[in-house]
Amino acid sequence: MELRARTPAGPLAEKWDRHRFEMKLVNPANKRRYKVLVVGSGLAGASAAASLAELGYQVSCFCFQDSPRRAHSIAAQGGINAAKNYQNDGDSIWRLFYDTIKGGDFRAREANVYRLAQISVDIIDQCVAQGVPFAREYSGYLANRSFGGAQVSRTFYARGQTGQQLLLGAYQALCKEIARGTVLMYPRTEMLDLILIDGRCRGMVTRNLVTGEVAAHVADAVVLATGGYGNVFYLSTNARGSNVTATFRAWKRGAAFGNPCFTQIHPTCIPVSGDYQSKLTLMSESLRNDGRVWVPKRAGDTRPPHEIPEAERDYYLERKYPSFGNLSPRDIASRAAKEACDDGRGVGPGGRGVYLDFADAITRLGRQTIEERYGNLFEMYQRITDEDPYRVPMRIYPAVHYTMGGLWVDYDLMSTIPGLHVLGEANFSDHGANRLGASALMQGLADGYFIIPVTIGDYLATAKLDKVSADHPEVRGALEGVARKTKRLLSIGGSRTVDSFHRELGALMWDKCGMARTAHGLGEALRRIPEIRAEFWENVTVPGSDAELNQALEKANRVADFLEFAELMCRDALHREESCGGHFREEHQTPDGEAKRDDERFAYVAAWEYAGEGAEPVLHREPLVFENVQLAQRSYK
Amino acid sequence: MTMHLKLRVWRQPGPTAAGRFVAYDAPDLSADMSFLEMLDVVNERLIEQGEAPIAFDHDCREGICGSCGLMINGVAHGPMRGTATCQLHLRSFRDGQEVVIEPWRAKAFPVVRDLVVDRSGLDRIIAAGGYISARTGGVPDANAVLVAKDDADSAMDAAACIGCGACVAACPNASASLFAAAKIAHLGLLPQGQPERAKRVLRMVSQMDMEAFGNCTNIGECQEACPKLISIDVIARMNRDFLRASLLGREERVGSSGEG
Repeated sequence: MELRARTPAGPLAEKWDRHRFEMKLVNPANKRRYKVLVVGSGLAGASAAASLAELGYQVSCFCFQDSPRRAHSIAAQGGINAAKNYQNDGDSIWRLFYDTIKGGDFRAREANVYRLAQISVDIIDQCVAQGVPFAREYSGYLANRSFGGAQVSRTFYARGQTGQQLLLGAYQALCKEIARGTVLMYPRTEMLDLILIDGRCRGMVTRNLVTGEVAAHVADAVVLATGGYGNVFYLSTNARGSNVTATFRAWKRGAAFGNPCFTQIHPTCIPVSGDYQSKLTLMSESLRNDGRVWVPKRAGDTRPPHEIPEAERDYYLERKYPSFGNLSPRDIASRAAKEACDDGRGVGPGGRGVYLDFADAITRLGRQTIEERYGNLFEMYQRITDEDPYRVPMRIYPAVHYTMGGLWVDYDLMSTIPGLHVLGEANFSDHGANRLGASALMQGLADGYFIIPVTIGDYLATAKLDKVSADHPEVRGALEGVARKTKRLLSIGGSRTVDSFHRELGALMWDKCGMARTAHGLGEALRRIPEIRAEFWENVTVPGSDAELNQALEKANRVADFLEFAELMCRDALHREESCGGHFREEHQTPDGEAKRDDERFAYVAAWEYAGEGAEPVLHREPLVFENVQLAQRSYK
Repeated sequence: MTMHLKLRVWRQPGPTAAGRFVAYDAPDLSADMSFLEMLDVVNERLIEQGEAPIAFDHDCREGICGSCGLMINGVAHGPMRGTATCQLHLRSFRDGQEVVIEPWRAKAFPVVRDLVVDRSGLDRIIAAGGYISARTGGVPDANAVLVAKDDADSAMDAAACIGCGACVAACPNASASLFAAAKIAHLGLLPQGQPERAKRVLRMVSQMDMEAFGNCTNIGECQEACPKLISIDVIARMNRDFLRASLLGREERVGSSGEG
């Protein structure tokens, strides 16, 4: 396998322009001859499907939810970054580029990140034109707020529902194309395998989740926009249905997986309350604009928060990182919370929590202002915990939130399988080892609205694509493979539920491959995962049949993939003998406990190639070359 | 502290099969559990006994994706106002209480299985015109279009709709007026939404009629059931827009299709 990043030559700021000029175009009249399958209808998928259809391609779009509007992008709260510099506070494309590269701990490609920052400004224009109701000043101009890892105010938002509003904008654009007949929408449909012919991706196999029908779709190119794999931890802020199946099965067909161990643990989530818990709820990072994070100075202090005097509180983010304070980046804030709790200074039941306190902000700004800024988040917190955050500080704890790793893609967002493109969280590209807040929405929409519509044209114009018949042996083989796997899951008839395996795997991963990792722990996980997997295939029980709506079967398929994928994550985490961003190896830290990178040995993307059942995956390295920024230890002090 | 609920759940193996209520005893629950986590626990027990688990739609479990939606003791999304089923917690119930769980009941929402219904009619209403036809690219700078803060705020109030269908389920006429009107208000309140305003309302209302949704007779159950507390004021606005657009009468009344 060869990793060809296809990064264009020339000065950083001119690469994307030059590349767009050099790419081959598909004649407008010829576009309708090409069929593109888009899997996923979140920000990346819906924006890609709509934009490709507008250009004239025949598009089919697939989602497992009952409507494309429900993809998990809908749950993003805080905002979307763009280098508009509307605040006149010194922002620029270069600054957004630099913040993102540094925020990712220098483990992303310069050219991709620069392009992302360039496109960020167009995204806001596009969304406003679609009617996204962003927050406004009294003047009628757009409002901004600050987010972690930046000292400028460049985040656009729609209350605490920015993801919802951006997704509905993309969904409506998609609906417009569905109505025109240019997009065929397949809701409640899951991709279960890819079809490769002559080394190119020429389609996929899906299962209709209502009827169980397994079908093949042949096409000229496939776009995966299927999100991240945070649910490998069982508990995460992801939707319950979010899964690794599409990207993992593409991996098994030959797409390299980039940096699978790079996961983001978000610092402000509602702590776990019981073992029945099905998911963790995020409290937007924007809350750290006004909330102050603290724990008692003394370990084992069980007094209620209002009885702890100011002098006996440790506002540890303000103390340790005075210049960024409560707006330190996510990886740093999460580790600091863990450290405080490991010291026995955590609060709430079980001691796994820290306070996020709005008392000062309410005194300074008044309750009404706080209500305007965060009202819906405060309500959500109260509904879940039964505590009033206007009166008692919120209790928060880090939780798995986002995965920076994903399928490896080149500058054109194409994987190592020609014809298979990967967008949004599903690819590995722009966030390095840590994503900054309000950058996921930016990337999803950049990929979908502005990058893939151009780059896919170059692929289609240059690839020589013969017609594929629906009874090609590869098509039949893929169909049979999917049917075989389903039959096998249904026939085990063991005694444990799918969820019980998922929980067991999740607990192991959180313990060994979560916020802090060691060679010893990862080694243990690598021993334990195959054992859990073996038991799964002997002792799982999946009721029902494959010819009906069978939610247990859907889960079983996904958990089976997590049980294999977890091993790849641990392997990647074990091999990366450094700490960077969200990947913290305890063996590699500075004397004051910060992540210690090893640029000599690890300034590369780890791209793993599947080598067959039972064989060790093969590691390929894409060196990261920094020509425009100086590698430095990340400091937020 | 553990809790105990007595459930009566609508079970229906498929769209054409007959359905019935089945009683389930649900002991050893926690008041801090969400309603859906309670159903998870019941389902785990059913699977362990070799029975088919209760099918229900759910995904984000934080009240925003709109997947979940259950009739709980005859109330859409249950007893807590402004709350989707996934954000409802057992602390809203009494220990030992009987809880009747049904799917959304509406002709336009056929049952798929158990508590899962087909809400694709809502997508078709949006596809009929619930958008601004701005192609990707070629749009002006975001700050070139000024929007008064009050208008932006009102548009956002309407845009908060999560498309769960509770308004339809709660309405004695099974009308989708609140759903359609919320989108019409969101886009109609913004300057960007003006050029297609008349066409939008005519097409969306026409599509709503083509689906099996009923008409609005101003009962107001929809706003009570709405997890986002969208006000029926948007329906008055839709009616006004519809009347004006009909009088101007330049737009053919057409529907949409395109589901694959």
